[in-house]
Amino acid sequence: MSTQAPAPADRPGTSVGSRAPGDTRRGLTSFTQNRLFWPVAALVLLVVANTIKNPGFLGVRLQDGNLFGATINILRNGAPLLLVALGMTLVIATRGIDLSVGAVVAISGAVACSFIASSPDPTSVTTVLVAVGIALTLSFVLGVWNGFLVSVLGIQPIIATLVLMTAGRGIAMLITNGQITTVNSPPFKTIGSGFFLGLPVAILIAGGVFALVAVLTRRTALGMLIESVGINPAASRLAGVKARNIVWTVYAVAALFAGLAGLMISSNVMAADANNAGLFIELDAILAVVIGGTSLAGGKFSLSGTLVGVFVIQTLTLTVTMLGISPSVTPLFKAIVVIAVCLMQAPVVRKKLAARRRRKASEAGTDSTSARTEVAA
Amino acid sequence: MSIDQIQAPETKRSGGLVPAVSGLRRRLHIDRRYLPVLGTLVVLALMLVVGATRYDNFLSGRVISNLFINNSFLIVLAVGMTFVILTGGIDLSVGAVVALSGISAASLLQTGWPAAVVIPLVVLIGSALGLVVGIMVHVFEIQPFIATLAAMFLARGLSYVISLESITITNETFVELASWSLPIGETWRINASVVIALVVVAIGFYVLHYTQFGRTVYAIGGGEQSAMLMGLPVARTKVLVYVISGTCAGLGGLLFALFSRSGYSLTGVGMELDAIAAVVIGGTLLTGGTGFVLGSVLGVLVLGLIQTIITFEGTLSSWWTKIVIGALLLIFVILQRVLAVRRT
Repeated sequence: MSTQAPAPADRPGTSVGSRAPGDTRRGLTSFTQNRLFWPVAALVLLVVANTIKNPGFLGVRLQDGNLFGATINILRNGAPLLLVALGMTLVIATRGIDLSVGAVVAISGAVACSFIASSPDPTSVTTVLVAVGIALTLSFVLGVWNGFLVSVLGIQPIIATLVLMTAGRGIAMLITNGQITTVNSPPFKTIGSGFFLGLPVAILIAGGVFALVAVLTRRTALGMLIESVGINPAASRLAGVKARNIVWTVYAVAALFAGLAGLMISSNVMAADANNAGLFIELDAILAVVIGGTSLAGGKFSLSGTLVGVFVIQTLTLTVTMLGISPSVTPLFKAIVVIAVCLMQAPVVRKKLAARRRRKASEAGTDSTSARTEVAA
Repeated sequence: MSIDQIQAPETKRSGGLVPAVSGLRRRLHIDRRYLPVLGTLVVLALMLVVGATRYDNFLSGRVISNLFINNSFLIVLAVGMTFVILTGGIDLSVGAVVALSGISAASLLQTGWPAAVVIPLVVLIGSALGLVVGIMVHVFEIQPFIATLAAMFLARGLSYVISLESITITNETFVELASWSLPIGETWRINASVVIALVVVAIGFYVLHYTQFGRTVYAIGGGEQSAMLMGLPVARTKVLVYVISGTCAGLGGLLFALFSRSGYSLTGVGMELDAIAAVVIGGTLLTGGTGFVLGSVLGVLVLGLIQTIITFEGTLSSWWTKIVIGALLLIFVILQRVLAVRRT
């Protein structure tokens, strides 16, 4: 249950309007109190560190009409994670969690690659479209299964999705017969590493899905309904919200997005690796959501926060590689970032910081207050 | 849970399997709390029977001894995990802590530290990480899932920092301890890991059921607010359960190092899920408050037996293990759900 009311700083428009002119301290405070302040600060810090190490970091160059550069790489490699994290954000907003997305990634890639590899004409667009259709449908069905366990049978989300997480990789191995299925199909390759209008297709897909989710949840009542289910499922049901259907839908959607991510990942390497495709992507996605300020307690979510969280994780991964540190050590840096961001967002720390700020403000503000009372008098 | 709460729903039930089961239960005087554990026991017995009828030599002392020897570290992990889950938390870091403790032991022994210093030290590494998690969970109110996830990344990253390659352990004392085994009768045998695991189970059982601390663990799982209002030391207990789980994970890493006679930073990937699955199959509710240490041990044995049966079958591929574990998990979760619905 959400114990904190959304801080007024979450709506910069209102706080700016009510602010006394010239009161820069309050402006700075509402800026640092914004939920997105610490994640964005972490991201800026990473980008600055990279730019110092490698001045051309932010540069983007045009080659054969397509965009290349470190930032484009971050965006493209982050696309599958962004898709998974988007679904995860919605699931977490309903006070749930979906551990099975990594397994769904593996299954989706396995199905698509197996279908393409066994078809008579792997290079035709129709084959690829059918493969994509089958993979996405299967992912959706798996999500419906998760949603059924959670919303109808009332099993705890973490354990309900643990079932598919455990069994899912086994199923993917069953589909690929325990081998790494490689395919050779240019249309399929487009999904993960193709370009359209100079931009990588993966970025366009992830961006499109992000925009769609943002419009559906923030321009319609859907987002509010999801949040109401997360705050109190029973109360929202009594208020006429179809809580069961909403919970069911978010799990199905999360798996569908994971399936799409699975297609991207397998298309990127043109192979389906049932054991390693999307390994730990569920944990990275949960981290991204948490770094973005969405509470695991449900009831509120921030899509832009998730976006920032995904960028933080992707930039961090790239930074570690660029600094010449073994990529295996990345988990250590992830842990440091997560712990730091979580600690800064912890209620105890926020309260202490706020108290110190108030104390400072009252010390500095005594004379200005007296001046203001004089004016009022 | 008061007595009338337990008995009240029994009177107004009708039809089908449910009254038959409850009737049987009344006749046998079985407490409702023991039902999930009994379910696990029945599954375990069924698997043993199926195995014994299908394969020769299945019910031999050697197979059963190996079941314990190969799963001793998982038993220790499951005992620690039971404490955490009973309070309504979860510990995702145990697999990574196993790797960290194993690789620390191997690398310290390689540089010539005596085994008598290294062994307690690596267990304490687990305790220290558990303490950090406990403080994150209690003082900073970070959800257990996220706090232990961070600890998991931390421990995994640290073990990569120590060494990327597998380190073989050649220390004489350590190897002696690893190769010690005591034959019992014709075919049975136990080794140091099994002895340590059984001691941990005994301590866990005693602490959980016969001490004030154990009762507080159950009370927190039943309702943290109520436990606090009752004046129980909630803060201390909540931190301590993570210390216990971390210690068990450190010990588990040591047992795994004994088992493999090496340390490797990639060991224990996904082991936390095995431990959680064992605890759930053993009848502990993830919401906290209900469950037993011995149930978790049974859960580990069920998981180990699945592996054994698939090995005996020979023609089945290894990935069937995962599918069967998933299916079994599902059955147990639904069973628990049915029991929980009947209670309310």
